[in-house]
Amino acid sequence: MDDLLDITLPALHRGRTRVLASCQLRFAAGEVVALIGPNGAGKSTLLQAIAGLAPEPVQLTRGGRAVARAEIGFLPQAFAVRAALSVLDCVLLGRREALGLRVPPHLIAEAEAMLNRLGLSDLADRAMHDLSGGQQQRALIAQRLFRRPTLLLLDEPTSALDLHHQLETMALLRAHAAATRAPVLAALHDLSLVARYADRVLVLADGRIEADGPPEAVLTPDRLALHWRIAPEVLRARDGKSVIVPHLMATNMQG
Amino acid sequence: MTARPVPAVVRWRARAARQGVAVLIAALALAVLALFDLITGPSGMTPGALWHAALAGPEGADRAAATIFWQIRLPQLCMGLIVGASLGLAGLLMQTILANPLASPFTLGFSAAAGFGAALAIMGGALVPLPLPGWLLTPFLAFTATLTATALVWLVARARGTAPETLVLAGIAVMFFFQSAQSLMQFMASPEVLAQIVFWLFGSLLKANWVAVSVSGTILLVCLPLLARDLWALTSLRLGEAHAAALGLDVAALRRRAFLITALLTAGAVSFTGTIGFVGLIAPHVARALVGEDHRLGLPAAAIAGALILIAASVTGKMLSQGAAIPVGIVTAVAGVPMLLAVILSRKGV
Repeated sequence: MDDLLDITLPALHRGRTRVLASCQLRFAAGEVVALIGPNGAGKSTLLQAIAGLAPEPVQLTRGGRAVARAEIGFLPQAFAVRAALSVLDCVLLGRREALGLRVPPHLIAEAEAMLNRLGLSDLADRAMHDLSGGQQQRALIAQRLFRRPTLLLLDEPTSALDLHHQLETMALLRAHAAATRAPVLAALHDLSLVARYADRVLVLADGRIEADGPPEAVLTPDRLALHWRIAPEVLRARDGKSVIVPHLMATNMQG
Repeated sequence: MTARPVPAVVRWRARAARQGVAVLIAALALAVLALFDLITGPSGMTPGALWHAALAGPEGADRAAATIFWQIRLPQLCMGLIVGASLGLAGLLMQTILANPLASPFTLGFSAAAGFGAALAIMGGALVPLPLPGWLLTPFLAFTATLTATALVWLVARARGTAPETLVLAGIAVMFFFQSAQSLMQFMASPEVLAQIVFWLFGSLLKANWVAVSVSGTILLVCLPLLARDLWALTSLRLGEAHAAALGLDVAALRRRAFLITALLTAGAVSFTGTIGFVGLIAPHVARALVGEDHRLGLPAAAIAGALILIAASVTGKMLSQGAAIPVGIVTAVAGVPMLLAVILSRKGV
């Protein structure tokens, strides 16, 4: 599973509007890549296209082999689940194709272990619609990880999580990528999380991949000012990772 | 000392056992109610006489008893079981693919279409050049009209996609079309013909015979294995369309398959009995209360619940009226309202 994963994307459209120019992406085994960009840049569109949920056909290959849509794990941005399925049921559905009339005990045990990793074992028998937004989000992340995808796509996976669980989830994603050698591509808004946990950053802006590189090279004050219209302070935490402190630009405040 | 947590496998098996027992109890209740339905009727025959008629067979010496048992009560019971099961299954499918707990097999206009077909047969059967006996013409045209409604909704889905909103809007349009056509025919009909049309629309098991049982039963048996292949896919759809699609499910294809199966089950049910409301709406909720959202047990539970509701309505209709039994469609309509209110008031989630 250490081959490079290549993605060939045609130009992506929403209606008649072109959202993203055609491009090629390449991910190394176990790489955690952050996808960032201002609102409306097309991050969700890009992720949906890679997941095979857009009209435009996307080619994914790994080691010369085509990657099937079923091998991709995708967590969309809108995640509310209103069914009475239990959390354990929900996680097991991540491997729906392996379930039969009688669910194999080893799958149940694996699902339970996955819930333990995300600190959700106490919620295993609770109905999904009884959970808070953050709990649901973590349960759905557990489901996608349980699926053991060749490529994991996440659209704002920490949007509903408190600070502790944001850090825990990102750390878990890094550990998962390292253990399974499956790349992770996650759309994120929190640039400090990006700086801390991403191996590489893709900046989506002006209808194209405007930048592609390690966080320290991509998250520069000039680029952030240009695309996010903020005046950032880029500080260093005690572990050497960047911390982005955003400030509104003076011209924004006059608007 | 804190207790060790029970492993998920053990809890899972325990839950499956509880749900299995619940379905078994429901099936036993259905068996008991079916027996009660057999021995209940306006003829006043004793259970002993009925037992002897059953043992003697359709050609038994007591012709009256044989006729009542083999040509009236037993086909009506079988029809009730098949129609109830079909409507229960169709109802659960509708509520799953439309993600709407208030959907029913009639949401997409199938009932109105069947009523139009029946009215057409009753009013102008002599004008329809089909080599069918009169008693078969009405169900044939009701069935054909239901499939026509299916085709109309299908065409809209092909053109605009299978999103729940699209299907429901198309179904509403089809329903109003056939309802207005049916109303026009009722307006034009003579009083005698109008009475026949209205009686058909009540929904009744009185029209049951072995041909009807064979046709409806065959349709149900054909649909069952088709449903079996999509048990987990249907359960996945309960997560919501976005998540089901993200897990690799072809949601549009699943909706089309479920839609066609629902149309077949509904057509097979209403063509011979007329419109029997609320069974397809309430049975899925009973099933969910028994076994939750897992369609592996949910589908058989919905079938059993649908049959239970219909046979209970049949028994009630016979017991409430001395002489001719009250049509089951009227009983389910009256009893369905408080049951629907109970569903609405107890709703948690979707």
